[in-house]
Amino acid sequence: MIFAKFNIKNYLLRHVQVMLFSLGQLWRQPLSTLMTIIVIGIAFALPAGLYVLLNNVEQVSDQWDDATQISLFLQQDVFPDQAIALNKKLNSWPQITEAHYQSSSQSLEEFRQLSGLGSLLDTLPTNPLPAVIIIQPDQTDLRSDAIGSLLAKLEALPEVEQAQLDMEWLQRLRSINETAQRGIGILGLLLSLSVLLIIGNTIRLAILSRQSEIRVIKLVGGTNAFIRRPFLYTGFWYGLLGGIMGWLTLSFSLSLVNGPINELAKLYSSQFTLHWSSAILLLVLPLIGLLLGVLGAWISVGRHLSAIEPH
Amino acid sequence: MDDRKPESSWNTGITMIRFTDVYKRYSNHYEALSGLSFHLNDGEMAFLTGHSGAGKSTLLKLIALIERSSHGQVLVNNQNLTRLPKRKIPYYRRQIGIVFQDHNLLHDRTVFDNVALPLIIAGENHREIGRRVRASLDKVGLLGKERNLPIALSGGEQQRVGIARAVVNRPPILLADEPTGNLDPELSRDIMHLFEQFNQVGTTVFIATHDLDLINTLPYRQIILDSGRLAEQESL
Repeated sequence: MIFAKFNIKNYLLRHVQVMLFSLGQLWRQPLSTLMTIIVIGIAFALPAGLYVLLNNVEQVSDQWDDATQISLFLQQDVFPDQAIALNKKLNSWPQITEAHYQSSSQSLEEFRQLSGLGSLLDTLPTNPLPAVIIIQPDQTDLRSDAIGSLLAKLEALPEVEQAQLDMEWLQRLRSINETAQRGIGILGLLLSLSVLLIIGNTIRLAILSRQSEIRVIKLVGGTNAFIRRPFLYTGFWYGLLGGIMGWLTLSFSLSLVNGPINELAKLYSSQFTLHWSSAILLLVLPLIGLLLGVLGAWISVGRHLSAIEPH
Repeated sequence: MDDRKPESSWNTGITMIRFTDVYKRYSNHYEALSGLSFHLNDGEMAFLTGHSGAGKSTLLKLIALIERSSHGQVLVNNQNLTRLPKRKIPYYRRQIGIVFQDHNLLHDRTVFDNVALPLIIAGENHREIGRRVRASLDKVGLLGKERNLPIALSGGEQQRVGIARAVVNRPPILLADEPTGNLDPELSRDIMHLFEQFNQVGTTVFIATHDLDLINTLPYRQIILDSGRLAEQESL
């Protein structure tokens, strides 16, 4: 009679009721709710947007891995038949997919065509360009040590003046990218923390405005779990709606950026379009949101419950 | 358990509330209760009186476990409150209905929701809640007002809502702190009559009040406090 029997159906029903009740409370204060949700949304959209952009840069640079080449500039005094022999030898190396010999006169011809400085080149007494062997390495992952050791091995050949990896800039881009990624990670962490604080503070105000209610509930035998529940659901809704708001903000911003990016890609005659999985983000952002929301509410309620505990 | 001489005819019953040498000191060295011993039997109705500051509210707070005694033993419904762990306090409080002078109603909820609160907390099912809230409101004469907000009711009606809430889960003990403090004599009499009715069905009722004119007309024991000590016990 005093201790009602525990009933799982009643319990779940109660949860659904509290869930809808706290949603209703947010609905009754549309302006302040909306402002809180927008702030949370922006805090989510910022790191998520940066992450999407960075991810795209990474994907593009991955496509360029296939274009990795090593240019082997030969010594001026290497005869063409020596160079052809070297080319043959290099073709037999397992680390090399293909080696292509280009004599100094071929280099000159190519330069003449590409540069448009033909008549100027005619005035030169000798051909200043070296013979080149262009190597397509077997290993295209620039991050691997294999390519570095291949480069060193090639550089040590007596016929070779200089071995140059054409994609060194790509490597640098990758390092910059990794640095940026870490930065975004930190930014994401800090903004998650701020979401936690925003929700915690909002819940704190809700608790203060309902302190007398909490006192009454305690006096008629409400457990801490019972008191905590509506606030946890309030945090749940803030986080969930904030996450969805973040997704909307992100989708809108990316669709704004997408047009100019396509234009830019066209100018570079590239097929690049901004690629991002909106479905996954729609899943992930609200999920992170509601987790942060419940956590923030939990911390906030816990602190205040002990503060109004009778002694 | 009671090794002392019986003090009244009530003492033949089972003890519901027993204070043994209870002290309550606050951090500023103020002693609200000093060596207080008394008891109330199961099914008894009694008044707690004394001038303001005599320790009436403190005494009720000790029974409701809003505060704990500094020294001495408080036994309520066979539970030793001095040893009751914190997490059990909510379940203990469900055995006590409390009526406050200022009603302590939730003003953004209807009368029905206010009265239903203890049942919701106890996890009762929907149909049972409806049934018992209506029965409780019927008993205090407010059955037609269940959809009203408390603010739309008079002071006497609000106090009745508070009483309905206190008795809705049929607690064995009913405590009241100055329940008629803000009411005129006629309404006060009605409220006291309501308490008598709950007592007649077996509830132990303990009412702190300074309305001596009213309680002197009623045939119940008076426990009188003076500066945190027992002054005298009168029983008719």
